[in-house]
This record gives sequence, structure tokens and C-alpha cells, in this order.
Amino acid sequence: MARTTVASDLATLTRHSMAGLRMLLAFTLVTGLAYPLAMTAVGQVAFPWQANGSLVQSDGAHTTSRSDAVGSALIAQGFTGEEYFHPRPSAAGDGYDTLASGGSNLGPLNPDLVASIEERKAAVAEENGVAPADVPADAVTASSSGLDPHISPAYAAIQVTRVAQARGLSDADVERLVAEHTAGRDLGVLGEPRVNVLELNLALDVAD
Amino acid sequence: MIPVNTAVLMAMAQILVLVAALAAVHVPLGAYLARTYSSPNHLRVERLWYRAVRVDPDAEQRWTTYLMSLLGFSLVSVLFLYGLERLQGYLPWNLGFTGFDPAGAWNSAVSFTTNTNWQWYSGEAAAGHLLQMAGFAVQNFVSASVGMAVAIALVRGFARSGTDARIGNFWSDLTRGVVRVLLPLSVVAAIVLMAAGAIQNLDPHTAISTVEGATQHVLGGPIASQEAIKDLGTNGGGFFNANSSHPFENPTPFTNIVEIFLLLVIPFTLPRAFGILVGDKRQGWAILGVMAGLWAASLALTTWAELAGPGAAPQAAGAAMEGKESRFGLAASALFAVSTTATSTGSVNSMHDSFTAPGGGMLLFNILLGEVAPGGVGAGLYGMLMLAVVAVFVAGLMVGRTPEYLGKKIGRPEMTIVALYVLTVPALVLVGTAVAVVVEPGLSGIQDPGPHGLSEVLYAFASAANNNGSAFAGLATGTPFYEVAQGLAMLAGRFVPIALVLALAGRLASQTTVPATSGTLPTHRPLFAGLLAAVTIVVVGLTFIPILSLGPVVESLS
Repeated sequence: MARTTVASDLATLTRHSMAGLRMLLAFTLVTGLAYPLAMTAVGQVAFPWQANGSLVQSDGAHTTSRSDAVGSALIAQGFTGEEYFHPRPSAAGDGYDTLASGGSNLGPLNPDLVASIEERKAAVAEENGVAPADVPADAVTASSSGLDPHISPAYAAIQVTRVAQARGLSDADVERLVAEHTAGRDLGVLGEPRVNVLELNLALDVAD
Repeated sequence: MIPVNTAVLMAMAQILVLVAALAAVHVPLGAYLARTYSSPNHLRVERLWYRAVRVDPDAEQRWTTYLMSLLGFSLVSVLFLYGLERLQGYLPWNLGFTGFDPAGAWNSAVSFTTNTNWQWYSGEAAAGHLLQMAGFAVQNFVSASVGMAVAIALVRGFARSGTDARIGNFWSDLTRGVVRVLLPLSVVAAIVLMAAGAIQNLDPHTAISTVEGATQHVLGGPIASQEAIKDLGTNGGGFFNANSSHPFENPTPFTNIVEIFLLLVIPFTLPRAFGILVGDKRQGWAILGVMAGLWAASLALTTWAELAGPGAAPQAAGAAMEGKESRFGLAASALFAVSTTATSTGSVNSMHDSFTAPGGGMLLFNILLGEVAPGGVGAGLYGMLMLAVVAVFVAGLMVGRTPEYLGKKIGRPEMTIVALYVLTVPALVLVGTAVAVVVEPGLSGIQDPGPHGLSEVLYAFASAANNNGSAFAGLATGTPFYEVAQGLAMLAGRFVPIALVLALAGRLASQTTVPATSGTLPTHRPLFAGLLAAVTIVVVGLTFIPILSLGPVVESLS
């Protein structure tokens, strides 16, 4: 008796599974192929720059061609030259590796994290000739994506003099460019004010 | 430094923008959802669809048949996705990636079918475009629709009277959820996200030379379309490892609030549909009130913790910015984190492992609550209704009456089902964690020393069994032990509760409705809402206080 019940239950499940399979294949065609392909068509026609990764050329102009691009306005690059503004620390791969996005995931009490924050703070302070107490938090912490394209206005401000001296520009000239590449909160209240590092650095190269 | 006052004011203004948007759509979308699941008419495209797949959408199913259809569909979903993952190397658009190994493929197939979206792999280093679109994104749609179907089936159980346990038709509910709700909303959301900067192309990942001459890869992929359903369906599986903190997935503070809106909108709207379908909108308000109250309390605590920044690392840095993006900052990260853990989404715009001890503890608590405030798409509503049954039972014990909810008697068989439901997931979480911290393969995955290490493991099993999918990602879970164990937790954490919910729905649908008398506990008043909120917290509290004390509580005190 029990065996018959199990067998009939299995037969029922099989019947429902076959209907489920037909259903799944239909959903795969509609939501797995038609939908993303249609959205891709819309994106490529209506928003080609955004849909292709917000790429920029060395003169700062927008492009959709990867071969003309020096980077994406949305993705951090690991600038180290003293004539450039520097991004936040990155835990993506060996740093700014788009094939290994992510954060450090170190906990708030982790002694290794505390040690690297102190090290970074000393290094940033020395590099920019400011007191360690003036180094803002985003300069000494790894972002979530490891590709954070922005820094805070405070971190930009402590880098102005170094960049200006390296380029033979006045602080005021550099500050003006920083202001041009600073975005406020979206709709006045969303998120935080921020400075786009790649776009700022390209504007500096153009200004030279 | 920004003065704290500005930070707090801006945090509150940002929350107000979100709440205003959710409030604006609440009534119309709630009515639309109710109509979607109660209209006897099929759209023309749906009729073609049913004919093509050869199912009868009008056959009213008993709860057992409904469950069989659901399990049959989910079974083939797991197998189909497993096959796609294993065979990736032979499929087009694989970007050169090979198939997943068996343990990893099992974990991901279960993960996406159960609406969990736990990810042991990094999207940009393991998954090609076809697997993302035809594998993961399809499950993002259908697993969300399954969740809504189960919630609606339970609501029908309350609304119907004296049937022979018939609670609707699974194929019709599944189809309508996708065709009438998820797909149209995803199209709109994807276009908004693209306009604001999310990428949408089919290009591979190619190397370019940066300004200083380094090599960096420009990534491609159909992100905006996947991002939309990832959040709308409370799935959470990121296209890239960094998930919604990746600038290609979530480029601006504006897209950030759009994504938070998407992951909250259906869970917060379903109570309205519930109220309409049981013929008393006030019942929906009571459920909504409990969900919103718990969400707001959790949000206030987490936002406070992140803005205050206690702990050695945030104190050394000056703010809790480790693992957070500068365009979002502290407040928008806390808002996303609370919303993703209070639903069953699990997408992240910041790294939860690096949150302050009280902030991260609160996120863990949200998941342990069973994700009912407001919970996953569908799963939040049915979870909260099960707890409402517990609440009327407790109230019934106090006054010595047979408890009733919405005109249905809650007797011994009903309470047995609900008790099993309440116990299932905590048992999976605690047993899973206990095993992991005594066996070597479990212990070797832990990254952080001390109590934070225990929090990492507890978070992993809470996330899996509750089908959340977010992580304290310091834990290395890409090992056969965690892949298999978490796969089991996800599977049981999804389908055992669903079976119990449908069983209850069937029993309720076969009862006749008893009229309310002067002795009936009114379940639309603030008194009942308060009782329900208390029951929700006490049930979780009693279950998890011992282990929470060893993890986040110890950490907060150190």
C-alpha cells in the first residue's frame, strides 16, 4: 500500500515537472533572452554612452569606443603620480582590479585593519604635508567596490597644494577645477557630495 | 568634517524621499496586485502562453496539487540551472569561462531557485552573459513570482469559505506574477537605471591602458536589465562581486534610492492587496503598520550606529567608511543595508562585514527576524501572516477563547502547522552554525578573530536558511563544505516553510467563516499590531539571544 502511494506521488510529481519544464523554457525565452536583448537595444539607441560604460578619452571627451578610451568615469584608477589627485584605497585584487571587485570585509575591531588605517593616514599626511588629524576617513578606508571613482571634497582639498606645485599651477586654478568636478547631493538630499577623480585629473592634463 | 546635525538631517530627508515614493504607489499598486490575482480573465498573450505550454490555468487546485506544481517547477528549475552552470564552457557568450564545479553548481542552482542569491563566486570572474541572462535572471523573475503565489494562496485560504481546500491555480499565479507585475515594472526600472549610468551591452571584458599606463579591464554585460529584477524580486544576486556597490550596477545616489525603492515596493504593497482580498482594508493597514514600524526601528538604530562609528577601526579612520562608497556615504549605505536585510534581497551597496558592531548586529537581527519587516516578495507577507496566527493564539490563551483570525478558527491542527513553520528556519540556522564551528572545514573559512568570526558564520547560515543571500563576506564560503551545507539550508529554508504555508491555506479554505462577535479579538487595531510586533521580536529573541550574545553583543561591548 505504502509503495503504491509513493509511486503514485512520484508519477504525479513527474507530470507536474514536465509542465514545469515547458513553463520554464517559455520563461527563459521571454525573461532570459527577449527582455535583456530588448533592453540592450533600447540602451544602445537611447543611452549609448551610459550603456557602454561611461567611457572617456584622454582629453576628457565622452566616447563609446573602448579603443579610444583611457578609462570609465565610473571606475577608479590607481593614480600614484604627484601631479594627479589620488583615489581611495582599493581592496579589489591588487588594487583597482575590475576583474576582482569588492571590499576588504575586515571587521570593525580587526587589528590588521586598524594598523593599515594608521599606516595610510601617516602616508597621506606626509605626502600632502598636512597633519594626520586633517586626513579624512575616505582617504584611509577601502571602498566597498574597490572601484569607487570618487573622493570626498575634504580629501580633494588636502591634495590641492601638492598637485598645484607638481604642475606649476596656482592653488586657485586647481581649486577651480576641483569645484567644476564636484557633484552635490542628488536632488539636494541623496548620498554625499563627491569629486570624480579621473575626470578631474584629465581636466588638469588638458589645462596644462 | 560635516557637522553631525547636517548628517542626521540629510539622512532623515533621504528616508523621507523614499517613504514618499513608497506611499505614492501604495494604494494604486496594491489595488493592481489584488486585481492581478483575483481577475477571472486572462490577457490575450496569457491565453497564447497557456496554450503553448499546455497547462489549464482555470483548474482550481487543492493545496496538495498546488504544492506539487510548485515543487515540480522548482525541481526542474534547479536541474536546468545546474546544467547551464556545469555546461557553461560549451555555451555561447561564456566570455571564456568554464563550467562550475559540482558543489559550486549545486549551491548556485539552489541559491537562485530559492530566491536566496547567495554567491560563492565572483560574477566578473566566473559567469558569462548567457548564464547570467538565461540562468540567473530567469530565476530572479520566477522565484519572486513563486513567493508572491504562495502569499496569495494563503490569503485565499483566509478569504474563501467551505471549499474542499482549493486555493487557486499555481500556473496562473506564476504566470501573472511575471507577465503582469514583474516584467512591466522591470522594463521601466531598467530604462531609468540605464539613463542614470548603469551599463547594458553584450560586450566582453577587454583590457585598456589607463591614464598612467596601467592595464585595466572595461567590463561589459546586460546589467541594467538584471539589476532591475534583482532588486524588484528581492533576489539580490549581483552581476559583479561588489553587487550594488559596483558603479556599473549602482552609479549614483539617485540610482541607489531607485534600487532601494524597488526592493521595498512589492513587500510593502502586498499588505494592501491582502486587505482588499480579505474584504477588510484595515487588516492590511495593521500588517503594514507592524512591518513599517519594525523596519523604521531597525533603520534608526543602524543609521545611528554607522553615523556614530564606534569601534577601533572607525575611530582610527574618523568615520565608519571602510567598505562604503563615497557617493553613498554612511546614511545611504545604512538605508540600503537595512532594507536589503529586512527584505530577503541580500544585494549590498556596502560591505556588511565592515559595519560597526551594533550596525552589523542589527543587520543580522533583521535576517533572524525571518525577514517579515517587510520581507521578501511574497515571503514577507506569508511570514507575517503566520506570526499573526501565533499572535491571535497567544491572545486566545490569555482570555481562554478559541482563537480566530479573519473569521477562521485557529485550532490544534492549524497551530501545529504554524509551530512547525516557526521552528524550521531557526533550527536550520542554529544547527548549521553549530556544525560549522566544530568541524575543521567550517572553522578554516573564518577571517576575523574573536566574536566577529562567530558572527560571520552565524550570518552565513542565517542568510542561507532565510533566503537572504547577503554575507559577512570575510567568511570564505567557496569551499565544498559551505557550498553543500548552505545549499541544504537554502533548500529546506525555502520549501519546508512553503509546504507548511500551503497546508495551512488548504485547511483554512475548507473551513467555513465564523461571524465576528463581541468576544472576537479585533485584528485591525493598534493593540493587535503591537501584540504582533511583540510576538515577532519575542519569538526571535528567545531563539537567538544566546548565540547573539556570543557574537555581536560581545563585540559591541569590547
